[in-house]
Amino acid sequence: MNAVAQYNFAYLDEQTKRMIRRAILKAIAIPGYQVPFSSREMPMPYGWGTGGVQVTASIIGPDDVLKVIDQGADDTTNAVSIRAFFAKVAQVETTTHTADATIIQTRHRIPEKPLGQGQILVYQVPIPEPLRFLEPRETETRKMHALEEYGLMHVKLYEDIARHGRIATTYAYPVKVEGRYVMDPSPTPKFDNPKMHMSAALQLFGAGREHRIYAVPPYTEVVSLDFEDHPFTIQHFEEPCALCGAEQVYLDEVILDDRGGHMYVCSDTDNCEERRSAGHVGTLGMQEAAE
Amino acid sequence: MSQDFSHQDPLLRVEGLTKYYGSRLGCADVSFELWPGEVLAIVGESGSGKTTLLNSLSATLEPTSGKTMYRMRDGQWRNIYDLSEAERRFLFRTDWGFVHQDAAMGLRMGVSAGANVGERLMAVGDRNYGHIRSTALDWLGRVEIAADRIDDQPRSFSGGMRQRLQIARNLVTGPRLVFMDEPTGGLDVSVQARLLDLLRGLVGELGLAAIVVTHDLAVARLLSHRMMVMKDGHVIEAGLTDRVLDDPREPYTQLLVSSILQV
Repeated sequence: MNAVAQYNFAYLDEQTKRMIRRAILKAIAIPGYQVPFSSREMPMPYGWGTGGVQVTASIIGPDDVLKVIDQGADDTTNAVSIRAFFAKVAQVETTTHTADATIIQTRHRIPEKPLGQGQILVYQVPIPEPLRFLEPRETETRKMHALEEYGLMHVKLYEDIARHGRIATTYAYPVKVEGRYVMDPSPTPKFDNPKMHMSAALQLFGAGREHRIYAVPPYTEVVSLDFEDHPFTIQHFEEPCALCGAEQVYLDEVILDDRGGHMYVCSDTDNCEERRSAGHVGTLGMQEAAE
Repeated sequence: MSQDFSHQDPLLRVEGLTKYYGSRLGCADVSFELWPGEVLAIVGESGSGKTTLLNSLSATLEPTSGKTMYRMRDGQWRNIYDLSEAERRFLFRTDWGFVHQDAAMGLRMGVSAGANVGERLMAVGDRNYGHIRSTALDWLGRVEIAADRIDDQPRSFSGGMRQRLQIARNLVTGPRLVFMDEPTGGLDVSVQARLLDLLRGLVGELGLAAIVVTHDLAVARLLSHRMMVMKDGHVIEAGLTDRVLDDPREPYTQLLVSSILQV
């Protein structure tokens, strides 16, 4: 017997996992509805994905393969430490390959590679309430969800157009799930909104500080809100990825020097690496290979 | 203002409305009828139960006893306290308006004037930006707010402009009944006069029914067809506005009328 106390599998105790699973089941049954749950203190600060970690901890099994991304990247602090956390407390296999993962915990992005059946995407959500900055009273926003009073959401979009001439919201763009609940897709860029629509994967959202879990089951209608004469559009990039030459993907701008030099690279690092190993090369990728 | 209401059904029928706060009386046994296009003023000193009555009538407060029957657009009479919350809120977005004394309570101070007017339209399902904006512009014009202020927040508006914006916001869905709680309170007299003029025009033009709570008898005189005088929670006198003000019967009403300062 080991003299040192062991963590329970996946850190949380079994009763807590049951409680969270019940909340998840309810969330799946009512797509887009925010289910309250008794969020636990996790060994990381709020804002680092405590909600997503609790959801992942409740659904992960010994056979699962976990991928964690932060802003699309597998190698940033948040992603690395959460991956290490589950490798330690659940001894699960981890990966950076989207296709190999059964559970993908994410902050801000949906992988470029379409997700398949059986995969679960877990979002870390800072603010689950889409109406929060329009109506500060939580009692009132709950009532508005209950009575399907979503006119206020369009007030925000109206303000955007009045001020900027177009809908200027670029992330956390509100969506309507299955024709009923208006949902905040967490701070993902609106570029990813269309990927949520009719996705084959199960999408779970955990907000630790706010004690809320919500879900979009597979093959569920997810529609971004808009006006008839100002329809929803996604971001468009002028140039392809400088490393792998990918188009139609979400790009990050990287500043190269203090004289205005910059490059655009894939936000999804796994997608970029796969493309490069398959022989795709961008404008700056050549130089890198030559060095 | 005179108008013949006898040929129509009333819009609102109030029967024995009583509200107690614990053992303290808010208002007692109020009954009246209101016809479409009619403006009723409720006057009285502070603490006489005017606001309690208004809040009870608008279903903001649940009365202790009594009924308020409202004739819905489909012609059916419904007791507003029996409506589900969804129905009541829908009524408030479409068929009713509420003009608060403090415009900040009735407006969204953080969004532009245009969005304030457009909110009700979006709430009832208008999803065309161009249409919402042109309707908002039209209404700002009708309440005499310059078109170039449409994208400004009400924070930057003067008191009188805020009040006019609040009125536009309420009237944009063509309500049939508007509640007003001291609509001119806190405004200086010249602004008051302009607002009253505007309100009088709109009420006549749109055929609105309105219930106006005020302690200012001049407001009642200008706006209302009929008035009720309240004291200590009871309606002590009711009748045509001109009759009540020119020939008050109750000693308290006589006191009220004679208390008006003459310049």
